[in-house]
Parts: sequence; structure tokens; C-alpha cells
Amino acid sequence: MNWGEFFSMNGYAWYIWGSYGIALLIFFIEIVMVRHRKTLVLEQLHLMRNAEDVVT
Amino acid sequence: MVPWFSWSAAILFVVGLYVSFFVAPTDSQQSEAYRIMFIHVPASILSMFIYLVMAGYAALGLIFNTRLSSMMASALAPTGALLAFLSLWTGALWGKPMWGAWWVWDARLTSELILLFLYLGFIALHASIDDPRRADRASALLAIIGSVNVPIIYFSVQWWNTLHQGATVKFTGTSMHVAMQQGMYTMLLAVWLYAIAVSLLRVRCIILERECKAQWVSELVEVRR
Repeated sequence: MNWGEFFSMNGYAWYIWGSYGIALLIFFIEIVMVRHRKTLVLEQLHLMRNAEDVVT
Repeated sequence: MVPWFSWSAAILFVVGLYVSFFVAPTDSQQSEAYRIMFIHVPASILSMFIYLVMAGYAALGLIFNTRLSSMMASALAPTGALLAFLSLWTGALWGKPMWGAWWVWDARLTSELILLFLYLGFIALHASIDDPRRADRASALLAIIGSVNVPIIYFSVQWWNTLHQGATVKFTGTSMHVAMQQGMYTMLLAVWLYAIAVSLLRVRCIILERECKAQWVSELVEVRR
């Protein structure tokens, strides 16, 4: 079996790669969003802490 | 614990995809199209399982008034919603070549769609109430009532005459080829570990957001820098 045959999936290429493509895209986006949320909350906490230092 | 789950999920994904595409043989009736199963089945199983875990945590939060269980419930909801969407999406892409239709108002498909709406309703209700504790209680009630839908999805193929096929994997054994089983279980485990990793990471963010005024938070190494 060569790669061209493998990717054509016997005519079902769109259905199969459409499924796995969206799956990987969803997982990728979810990971990026959660990591971004973590960065944001840590940044926020850092700012809050520094603000307290200025006051006291 | 997050790196452990993430790395084992990543390794199992690679192994699972390899088995699914290179080891598992071509199906005699569905040709190559059945390979959608290796992502469709794990996504569907976990979308239902995560809902039960989420409703369980929500119930604990409601009964014992524990904040952490409610936070865990809200951390699981987005992952569950994405998996429910993925289940419907891959189902549509599998239904088109096999049944000739992207969507039919079949009992199983409709109840899975309701599951997606329950997840979205839970997230929306939680986001619409300003006081986090009140939001926890209101959405917990929604999650608990909605959990009756999970057995409906599971048994829908037995109770009604559906286009969707019945369960192939039963407690009494299965007619599936061994390599197909291995591929499916590996993918199931991979998605499972992924869901644990991403939910734990999300619950950390939620804890930090909601406890931002607590003393222990400002003493964290990541915050002090």
C-alpha cells in the first residue's frame, strides 16, 4: 500500500480525515485555551499581589 | 499529576492511531469508512461518562456544600460539551456514506444532541449568575435533572427501533476483530486520560480565579515569582 492509496481511504477520505481533523483541532484549541486561561489568571494574581505591596 | 496524564494520553493517541489505521484490517461491509469508529465511539462513551461524573460532583457540591466539587463540575463541562459535539460531528461524517444522510431524527442521535444542549445549558446557566455559589447550586440542579438523559442515550438502541446500530461491545463478548478492539480501547483510554488532564488543568484555573483573595494563593511560587 502506498501513501496515495492510504490517504484516499478507498474513496472515504473526506469523511475520515474530516473526523480526525476536527478531533485534533478541537483538542488543540481546548489545550491552547486552557493554557491561555492559566497564563491570564497567574498574571492577574501577580498584579494583585504587587498592588498590595505598594499599599502596605 | 497533569504532566503524567498528558504524556500518557499523547503516547496512547499515537499508538491508538497507529493501530487504528495500519494494524486494524479493512471492514468487509463498510470498507475503510468504519475507521471513523476509533474516534466516534470513545468520544461518545466519554461524553456520557463525563456527564455522569459532572452531575456527581455537582450533587456533592449541592448536598455537602463543598466548593471544590462544584468547581470540578464546572471544569468538566466544557470538555464534555466538546466530546459530545465531536461525537455528533464524526457521527454525521459516518452517517453520510453509510446511511445516506448527515442527520436523522433517530432516538440515539436526538438524545445525544440533547446531551450537548444540557452541557451548553449548564455552562450558560453557570455563567449567567454573578454569585459563584448561587451559580453552583442552580447549575447543579440542572446537571442532576439532566442526568436522566444518559441512560436514555445508552438504552435508546434497545428501546426504540433506531437506524443507529446496537451495541457491538457487550459484557458477554463481542464479534469485533481483535485489532479493531485494541485500536478502539487504546483510543478510549487516550481520550479518557486527555479529558482528565485538561479538566485538572482547568480546575486549577477555576480555583485560582475564585480563591484569588485567599492568603495561600498569594504565597504560591507561581504567583510570587
